[in-house]
Amino acid sequence: MTTRLFGQGVPRKEDRRLLTGAGRFVDDLSHDAWEVAIVRSPHAHARIVDIDVTEALDVPDLVAIHTWEDLPERMQQPLPLLIPHPALTAPRTQFVLANGEVNHVGEAIVMVVARTRYAAEDAADRIRVDYEFLEPVVGIERAAAGDRRVHDELDDNVAAHLVQEIGDARAAIDAAPHTMSFRLDVERSASTPLETRGVYARWDADEGHLRLYSSTQAPTSVRAAVATILEMDFQDVECIAPDVGGGFGVKIMHPWPEEVLVPWAATVLGHDVKFTEDRREHFISANHERGQVQHLEVGFDDDGRILGIDFTFLHDHGAYIPYGLIVPIITSTQFLGPYRISDYRVEFRSLYTNTVPVTPYRGAGRPQAVFAMERLMDKVAAELGKDRTQVRAINLIQPDEFPWEFGLTFQDGRAYTYDSGDYPTSLDMLKDLVGWDDFARRQAEARDDGRLLGIGLAAYVEGTGVGPYEGGHVLVEPTGRVQVATGLSSQGQGHETVFAQIVADVLGVDLDDVEVVVGDSSRMQYAVGTFASRAAVMSGNAIALAANKVREKALRLASEALEVDPADLEFADGQVRVVGSPDTGLPLKMLATLSNPLRYAFDEDAAAATQFAAPADPDRPPVGDDDEPGLEGTDFYSPVRSTFASGMHAVVVEVDPDTSAVEILDYAVVHDCGNLINPTIVRGQVHGGVGQGVGGALYERMAYDEHGQLQNASFMDFLMPYMTEVPDGIAIDHLETPSPLNPLGIKGAGEAGVIPSAAVFAAAIEDAVGIPIDAMPISPSQLHHLRLAADAPASTNGQP
Amino acid sequence: MKPPPFRHVAPRTVDEAVTALAEADGHGKVLAGGQSLVPLLNMRLAAPSVLVDVNGVTGLDGIEVTDDAVVVGATVRHRDLERHAAADAALPVLRQALVHVAHPVIRNRGTVVGSLVHADPAAELPAVLVLLGGHVDVVSRDDRRSIDAEALFVAPLESSLRPDELAVSATFPRLAATTATAVRELARRHGDYAMAGVCVAVDRDDERATVTGARAVFIGVTDTPTLVDLGEDLAGQGCHDLDTVAAVARARDAIDPTDDIHATADYRRHLAGVMLARALADAATGREDA
Repeated sequence: MTTRLFGQGVPRKEDRRLLTGAGRFVDDLSHDAWEVAIVRSPHAHARIVDIDVTEALDVPDLVAIHTWEDLPERMQQPLPLLIPHPALTAPRTQFVLANGEVNHVGEAIVMVVARTRYAAEDAADRIRVDYEFLEPVVGIERAAAGDRRVHDELDDNVAAHLVQEIGDARAAIDAAPHTMSFRLDVERSASTPLETRGVYARWDADEGHLRLYSSTQAPTSVRAAVATILEMDFQDVECIAPDVGGGFGVKIMHPWPEEVLVPWAATVLGHDVKFTEDRREHFISANHERGQVQHLEVGFDDDGRILGIDFTFLHDHGAYIPYGLIVPIITSTQFLGPYRISDYRVEFRSLYTNTVPVTPYRGAGRPQAVFAMERLMDKVAAELGKDRTQVRAINLIQPDEFPWEFGLTFQDGRAYTYDSGDYPTSLDMLKDLVGWDDFARRQAEARDDGRLLGIGLAAYVEGTGVGPYEGGHVLVEPTGRVQVATGLSSQGQGHETVFAQIVADVLGVDLDDVEVVVGDSSRMQYAVGTFASRAAVMSGNAIALAANKVREKALRLASEALEVDPADLEFADGQVRVVGSPDTGLPLKMLATLSNPLRYAFDEDAAAATQFAAPADPDRPPVGDDDEPGLEGTDFYSPVRSTFASGMHAVVVEVDPDTSAVEILDYAVVHDCGNLINPTIVRGQVHGGVGQGVGGALYERMAYDEHGQLQNASFMDFLMPYMTEVPDGIAIDHLETPSPLNPLGIKGAGEAGVIPSAAVFAAAIEDAVGIPIDAMPISPSQLHHLRLAADAPASTNGQP
Repeated sequence: MKPPPFRHVAPRTVDEAVTALAEADGHGKVLAGGQSLVPLLNMRLAAPSVLVDVNGVTGLDGIEVTDDAVVVGATVRHRDLERHAAADAALPVLRQALVHVAHPVIRNRGTVVGSLVHADPAAELPAVLVLLGGHVDVVSRDDRRSIDAEALFVAPLESSLRPDELAVSATFPRLAATTATAVRELARRHGDYAMAGVCVAVDRDDERATVTGARAVFIGVTDTPTLVDLGEDLAGQGCHDLDTVAAVARARDAIDPTDDIHATADYRRHLAGVMLARALADAATGREDA
């Protein structure tokens, strides 16, 4: 019997291609395409008075210049609001090219097409746009004040206001023995994938067919959006996401203006056209996330039991709100984490500002939520003089209490109900892994040497695998190779490997004989996309269901051909064979041939297969009523609601007493994403997430000035951590609590690593320096000033 | 992020190079390692009409170690000098500084002389040149001259080279055997420009284990690299129990940091003092730069 691959850390099938430079990204596919450059607004808020292209017209190799006025009527409409919500009462979305007003630096105004990007930029440089300046709204508090408005026609900057409540939070807090209130802020950051956005369109005028390549997390949705806006039949448009160099959420947004403009230009100009975003453009026109101002009020008892919480926050969604309220809704629900909190009120306002729009970035509202809840737990522990793990332990939902129904509504509009988990074990494992109980001694010893050490921990629960569905298609070729397709795309996560592991197990074939294609709408046109830690849960289960259909059919065919009871057959080594008699069996490839009644004997295998064909019954059709030709199966997986992964992180940091620089000494992760398909890949996801979390906690921020200019729109000043800033060793323990919601018992793993970072670093730094850390990220300069203001222990160098 | 049109010329000799610069009539720019220039071009922050690419010019790629100095040619990469054993033995401060210059891939392309004439106040090598009292030799079609370090750096990103001049070499004078050096800096990330840094030279009486003199040049906290003499504060002190309070106070008065998105001016001033104290201790005790 072939070794079961599910659960094995097999090497990634895609790595040879990606690590040897053989990956195919959008910009690799299109050497002859004409190129697009976009004239973008240099101002955060202005009316466009005039656009003068005269000086650009004699730039060599210029092909075309388009403004909003040149667009067909359907394209002159604002882009869609993807996810409406009853509380979203004042939605505004952008135009593909600005229609008279710009609302953030970087907003697209003019499209230039030229034979090269060089020429396109030369022409773009010479286009003169006259502006009438409007006062910019920058910063959450300025937006909340409402004295300046992003969208003139609105009364204020509030797009949405939502309150959810379970129990009676006010009464619970008022009756509690202890209460506290505080504010906990998180700044803006962004996904910043290494590959920027890119889109390439091929228009076949003879066929009336548009093929689109986009660096996207949702190719089928891009296809639908483009077909709708260009008023084409879906079947005349295909969209392929080839290799994608990272997404982290920003590429789930669709359609981007360029995803509409480029295919339209291809159809109008009758030539291949592409847009490859440069890094500066990415900073000022691809979406951001994270910025929230959060106020909390909590009531608790002498043991640290949380009795009631009132959570009010302001969410900065930038100039437009195309993705609806997903991020703040996630914050308001996932805030509850692994804790049994029965009286909870949450209220948020989602605010317009004259900055780049906000849509989900890995973690999607959870890092802010976890920062709020875990800092709250630390504050309760400090107030009561208790160990921080003790206060958490007393509030944890217990393993026998699942499913745990909170009574809230989650991002997918479904009940916010946890399916399974074992939080107390997770906490015990984390304490062991990081040496929690011994840390006080270690900290004291270090302090005797003048060193400042601190430890922090944070827990999270993550809703993963949101619906509505994903599909899988599995087909056995007459060669014996197995072709697998699913519609969502890959940004390097390892989909080709884990999906192949699932299929190889079901069909008893070698991993190398399974080929997985993702992100091609012509192979699977019904699909949702790669986000919300959903690919393994959704497509993994869909593919498993489809593979089982193929298995059933192969079993039936083999049973008939061998005249053996199906119960006596097994799948192994690419054969369906008799249990206990491995020489009696049929290869899958022969069954693939047998499955098609039209059997021209193209080769010897096909000729050999004919001997097993059942004698044709002249009174029955060759393909039965409930049958189809071919050894293939398609199925869809659609869960009732999300499955909830969980985990806890701890970090030990050292703060330089003189420079306030923070060094990471130890980082520990306990992670529970249900059954692991491939532990190596899950570890990689955690490593990457922790690295990105280090960035979010200690390095990255979007530094807007009061004029709405982003002052660090480059990798020189936007401080994405290098390998040198990421901890060398990350200790990881896996806990596997299967999900009862899906056949494979799995939960999502993609975002987990980044979620607790702000919380865990704030806690550790606070523990090291002894002053509250209530806003993240934090730089050495900021920490230095906090310590000065708090009169914390002075520098050992005798200077202030 | 594509540059505007420019003409690329690839001279084979210094004469051809300076002729091309002269003919560019003030609109030429020398391309050596390109690690600062090419991003400026791509972001359209610079638009020279002619790029004089000196990478193919013969005779500019030498490192010469003499009894008096280490002389570095115009196309010598940071990495070449960093890995040059004789240069390191003659002047350890070169490697002490070079390991802080960006990352290996950038050091593989970027040139020592290019970094000097780019005159970035956050760069390490200009500070080293000033600390050592070195100079740069420059050539133009009609002239040849030597520019002392203190005259080379005029303002942030502005050197005293004329647009028609090519810097052909930099000379880093050697120090007395009793003088030790150290470089300390703190950057936000490994390889970034420092929020504050310093190169120091400490003259020691090794028999008595005392300091006889000390100088420092700061990185990233002054408009141009400036020598600060700390002899008055430190001379006579024991190498292993330096009291740096007076030296740090003097230095903090001598520098002029500014706020930016990464750090406040006050923090940089504080940090410069911390780096100075640590670098002085490194050099006084012979400890390798951490």
